[in-house]
Amino acid sequence: MSTTASTGLKAWLLTSEPKSRGQARLGQTYRRWLSFRRNPLALLGLAIVVGLILVALFADAIAPASPIVQDLSHRLQAPGGQYLLGTDDLGRDILSRLIYGSRITLYIVGLVIIIVAPVGLAVGTISGYFGGWIDTVLMRITDIFMAFPRLILALAFVAALGPGLENAVVAIAITSWPPYARMARAETITLRNSDFIAAARLLGASRTRIILGHIVPLCMSSLIVRVTLDMAGIILTAAGLGFLGLGAQPPNPEWGAMIAGGRKFIIDQWWVAAMPGLAILTVSLGFNLLGDGLRDVLDPKQK
Amino acid sequence: MSQSPQATGTRAGGGIPPGLLLFGRGVLRVIPVIAITIFGLLLVTFVIGRFMPQDPVLAIVGDRATAEVYQRVYLELGLDQPIWTQFWIYAKKAMVGDFGISVLTTKPVIEDVGRYFPATLELATSGTFIGVLFGVPAGVLAAVYQGRWPDYVVRFVGLLGYSAPVFWLSLMGLLIFYANLGWVSGPGRLDVGYQDLVDEVTKVVIIDAIIAGEWEVAANAFSHLILPATVLGYYSMAYISRMTRSFMVEQLRSEYITTARVKGMSEAKVIWRHALGNIAVPLITVIALSYANLLEGSVLTETVFAWPGLGQYITSSLLNADMNAVLGGTLVVGVTFIVINIFCDILYRLVDPRAK
Repeated sequence: MSTTASTGLKAWLLTSEPKSRGQARLGQTYRRWLSFRRNPLALLGLAIVVGLILVALFADAIAPASPIVQDLSHRLQAPGGQYLLGTDDLGRDILSRLIYGSRITLYIVGLVIIIVAPVGLAVGTISGYFGGWIDTVLMRITDIFMAFPRLILALAFVAALGPGLENAVVAIAITSWPPYARMARAETITLRNSDFIAAARLLGASRTRIILGHIVPLCMSSLIVRVTLDMAGIILTAAGLGFLGLGAQPPNPEWGAMIAGGRKFIIDQWWVAAMPGLAILTVSLGFNLLGDGLRDVLDPKQK
Repeated sequence: MSQSPQATGTRAGGGIPPGLLLFGRGVLRVIPVIAITIFGLLLVTFVIGRFMPQDPVLAIVGDRATAEVYQRVYLELGLDQPIWTQFWIYAKKAMVGDFGISVLTTKPVIEDVGRYFPATLELATSGTFIGVLFGVPAGVLAAVYQGRWPDYVVRFVGLLGYSAPVFWLSLMGLLIFYANLGWVSGPGRLDVGYQDLVDEVTKVVIIDAIIAGEWEVAANAFSHLILPATVLGYYSMAYISRMTRSFMVEQLRSEYITTARVKGMSEAKVIWRHALGNIAVPLITVIALSYANLLEGSVLTETVFAWPGLGQYITSSLLNADMNAVLGGTLVVGVTFIVINIFCDILYRLVDPRAK
């Protein structure tokens, strides 16, 4: 019975004559999933990202020990046995710290994206749709921010705002929005003169309605690809700020700061610095693989 | 390219080659763009400077200064002026390279920058060299074997480069190649025993040592340079191989390649002479951009390798709240970044008329 039900569902999804808008949309998503599924590396990326989210959600249940409580009698224990990935100089279980640290990583990328994506979309679509001097001014500002090397600008902002997780997020956000604006502008310019926009305008739709209702939705797939590929860069910048002591402050188990903490013991107790680095590498690789896979599915013209 | 040279002016004599002339006109056209961008750069650093948590006067006079001294410095800094006047003073000073005095080194920031920048350039240049040396052949290989295992290997190795934190890779490099294998020297630019043995001519230690004929010093400098340069070169390689691959894939699909093959040209010649020759310009742009990115990547690498470059200067000033030094260093890197970017842009438009 279940097989016939699933083939029925498949046929319903893959039909060339969908009966409703919802069916068409679901069918398109399913087709994309089918082509995404053929890419093993993209699936690996998806698995890593889903794994990260699950680990962050269930950190309390998975972590074998507290990420904060110190145990000086067990400091700098080698990996294996009771401590799967060893302990740091304050006797804290590195695995547990990594597990809780995933929350900080997700918090940072989530917050940066929430700030950056709307700002970039707004600047880009307004710039592209209105053109003229508005476009010139907005794009000049974008260019100025693009002209700065990202990490150095973020460093300067953190210097002004003071070290800390929230300030690091703000600094990264200030330096990350310009590429989104550029992308949204390019998409808007190609859409601006198309017939369906002209039709909407003839029907009396306001500019706000055209931008929000017609242009922004069509920018979404490029936006999703861009965001996913950007995640790795954000994670690396955040880790770099943490490594320099400008991001999350101790005793927070931020991965970059953990590497900085292990630097003193790098020769004899290599695992203290090596393990957090592997975590960062795995997670950014996951986002990169997922982003590449999504680009192939959602944005075939860029392939 | 076929435009008539109507506006070339009177001084443009027949001796100047047309390519150079076009390049010159490109430079003229971007001068306002450079001016606006540098103005923005100054504005941003100025705003950052205003935001800073500590009192700029106290940073100069110290906590124990009398009220009169405080007042005098306050007026000297122009802090009683309206904000736009302050910005104007700041911009005027910055344009002539006056970024103030570094609190940490008690020297003018511009002098410090002059001392630290060559080390960064040395590192970034070596890194780019390594990146090109491996990145271009790897990208070509991946394009030629598109969809087969060499392609996957190159792409995966590149993707690892996009994903690994540079400071972590530097630490692991030190652990493996310095501490365990002993193949390279540790942090710093020279062993202590070799320091100050050769005169500073170019401020690039290896070249100075070769000029002085001190081969032992040059070898020591090389063994210090090779690991940080390789780490940076890996990042450069990741980017260069990825771009080379995508340019080459596009070229190899073109009809002129088919024609060349049909004529019986050897495959090596088709790939290395025809296809690679045609992507030379975009490739140079990519290489220049990756060079600019390495200036930034060197911030973290320099910290790990105790490399006395601009990145380390900026970060150590930052941790000591030495704002003049941070902003001065940021401005210099920013301007370098802009100049490289705009140079690429001109070069690209010059050779590829479609880019207009």
